[in-house]
Amino acid sequence: MNSPSHIPHLPGAGLYESSRTVHNKRIDGPFRRFKWLVMLVTLAIYYGTPWLRWDRGPYAPDQAVLVDLANRRFYMFGIEIWPHEFYFVAGLLIMAGIGLFLVTSAVGRAWCGYSCPQTVWTDLFQHVDRLIDGDRNARIRLDNAPWTWGKVMRRAFKWAIYLVIGFWTGGAWIMYFADAPTLVYEFWRGEAAPAAYITVAVLTLTTVTLGGFMREQVCIYMCPWPRIQTAMMDEKSLLVTYKDWRGEPRGSLKKAEKNPGAFGDCIDCQQCVAVCPTGWDIRKGPDISCITCALCIDACDRVMKDIGRPRGLIDYATLEDCAREQSGEAPRPAWKALLRPRTLAYLLIWSSIGLALLFALGTRSRTDLTVSPDRNPPFMLMSDGSVRNSYTLKLRNMENRPRTMDVALERLPGATMWTGTQGKDSAAARQRVEVPADQTLTLRAYVQAPQGTRPTELAFRLTALDEKGESDVGETTFDAPEQ
Amino acid sequence: MANERPDTKRIDEATGTGFVGHEWDGIEELDTPMPRWWLWTFYLTIAWALVYVVLYPAWPLIAKGTEGTLGWTSRGQLAAEMGDAEKARAELNRQIATVSLADLQADPELMSKAVAGGAAAFKVNCIQCHGTGAAGSQGLGYPNLADDDWLWGGDLAAIEITLKHGIRDAGDGETRISAMPPFAGVFDQSQLSALADHVLSFSGKAKSSPVGAQIYADNCVACHGEKGQGDRVQGAPRLSDAIWLYGGTREEIIRQVLDPHMGMMPAWGKRLDPVTIRMLAAYVHSLGGGEDFATVEAKGEQTPAVDGDEQP
Repeated sequence: MNSPSHIPHLPGAGLYESSRTVHNKRIDGPFRRFKWLVMLVTLAIYYGTPWLRWDRGPYAPDQAVLVDLANRRFYMFGIEIWPHEFYFVAGLLIMAGIGLFLVTSAVGRAWCGYSCPQTVWTDLFQHVDRLIDGDRNARIRLDNAPWTWGKVMRRAFKWAIYLVIGFWTGGAWIMYFADAPTLVYEFWRGEAAPAAYITVAVLTLTTVTLGGFMREQVCIYMCPWPRIQTAMMDEKSLLVTYKDWRGEPRGSLKKAEKNPGAFGDCIDCQQCVAVCPTGWDIRKGPDISCITCALCIDACDRVMKDIGRPRGLIDYATLEDCAREQSGEAPRPAWKALLRPRTLAYLLIWSSIGLALLFALGTRSRTDLTVSPDRNPPFMLMSDGSVRNSYTLKLRNMENRPRTMDVALERLPGATMWTGTQGKDSAAARQRVEVPADQTLTLRAYVQAPQGTRPTELAFRLTALDEKGESDVGETTFDAPEQ
Repeated sequence: MANERPDTKRIDEATGTGFVGHEWDGIEELDTPMPRWWLWTFYLTIAWALVYVVLYPAWPLIAKGTEGTLGWTSRGQLAAEMGDAEKARAELNRQIATVSLADLQADPELMSKAVAGGAAAFKVNCIQCHGTGAAGSQGLGYPNLADDDWLWGGDLAAIEITLKHGIRDAGDGETRISAMPPFAGVFDQSQLSALADHVLSFSGKAKSSPVGAQIYADNCVACHGEKGQGDRVQGAPRLSDAIWLYGGTREEIIRQVLDPHMGMMPAWGKRLDPVTIRMLAAYVHSLGGGEDFATVEAKGEQTPAVDGDEQP
């Protein structure tokens, strides 16, 4: 048997592509400025939100956004969510998911290009590179330079800044889970919970790894979202497009001077590649690597302006727009691209969920009662022949103030009840209970019905004795001898 | 044509790896080495195992196993953890042991802790007779602890004394004790029937007759009372209520008159520590039939004294 000759000889073929560092060039332009703005806003939201205060009175924390895992409460400005109301969070997550679809169908990969944390932090780290090591050419030179003492120092300094950014990122994250000023104080005194230190350590590490070193590789190889987006793209999707019918064949200014008319607008200056944060060459066409950050549009527009050719050789355009422009038709107004069934359908679903959540939020009750009857023994015969049942009541007061509530028996005339705390002497058809602020009160309730009562339905009605007068009914059964 | 000998000399050009020498229809197997990370993890587990064997009990020998240099045992760990739990409860135990019963009942927080501890102890020691729901068994003579009928008193102090010294426990000098004499052969069938009717008449279930009333007045009134109200001092059951420890039909009452069943509960003072007994008392008291303390304080004091008188 000979060596199989059908296996081609692939020098250096491996499972993984060897990574190449992207040294993107500084650029200024409308899209870059927009990117700055988005970065400023998103980072400000991320770092600043935990420090916003919101007065909720003496019985609840005053942090505007707080995920209080220890006490199982989620505060968001005027909204407080209990664990059983987690569907609000699920609803928000579903809205975020469909929102991504909506944005993608309307404006393409805008999320990837501007507001994805990976994009924002990569951008931040790339600015640090630029600040410490200089612009593209200086960075490439330094990368290729031998490891001198100076390079080591420079790298150590830069990575130290990476670490600080990573630490700050992780540090801001934990602020969402505890009172921020207290946590900062405890954190630096070494008194915070181990989970806080571990979380900060893990997030520091992931931030530095993902933002400082992996960068565009996360988008290209790790993230599932570009793959889903690829399936969502069609000829109406907004893309960053190189207009090859205008640009090709490429030729330098000198060549074009010699042969007017033989070359397209692209002078092959490579500026679009130099500024790309993922190192993609947009002239090869749309690709998973292109996060549509539009920095190449800024770069190309600038070059076109300098050489006196019309802007927009690289521009936001749908495939349909391209076909139109190529055949010389008038461009369609942008809003027409937005008004199409898919976008409207996503908008409809997205806003219906949003409205449903708002409706649920507006009509939800802050008073809740659950009743569970004792199953062993199901009932108890008393000396005078009457029948007693025992119940465990859970009274939820979800308001941030203590409330007096009234618990009344319904559907069982003649029955009386008393609670484990107040004793049998207080037996009556209704009881008054003080429920502490923002808490669930567990109450033992004994219900006694006269001799001869048969198994029947029973309900407890909980009514808050305040101006709102919210109430809830807990339905259960009253057990008794069958005859 | 398969070449069965290892053929590691020949190198696959694409991957730079040798072949193992197996070939099926032109498909060959490469001798790809284990990934380094896997191999090192494997070596690490071997090293870890060697350290573990020295530090912890590992090899089973004939009488016992090797003990390990750290001296760790699962029993030891259990003892340490139980000790920690005991230590954590020490302050609560001290409070429960020293507080007066009246103060215990007046302190809802301490009481709820005592009830929780009692619920746990009840499941270990008491459910065998009284049932997991403490409802006992009517007919078999295990009293229901959650109703409002008490043979020996239903306030905290009385319950605690009952728990501590038991009922008819020959081994405890202060046990609660009383006995109903058997009346077999004393009355004829019609007299027994009349007596049973008189007993049932207390709760309105039958009509009394002069014969039954007379027999009751002559033989039963001393303990069970004129109206069948019973006597907690002697543990004589109330006959006028709806609760019958050994059944409430005429036949069952007659059987109980002829050959009385009398329940027995061991004195838990010998088996459990005072704190557990107190917590059990709190739990039983909390089941819904617990009686108010103020009215029963006096009775709680007098009960043991009467117990002493009742010694046979």
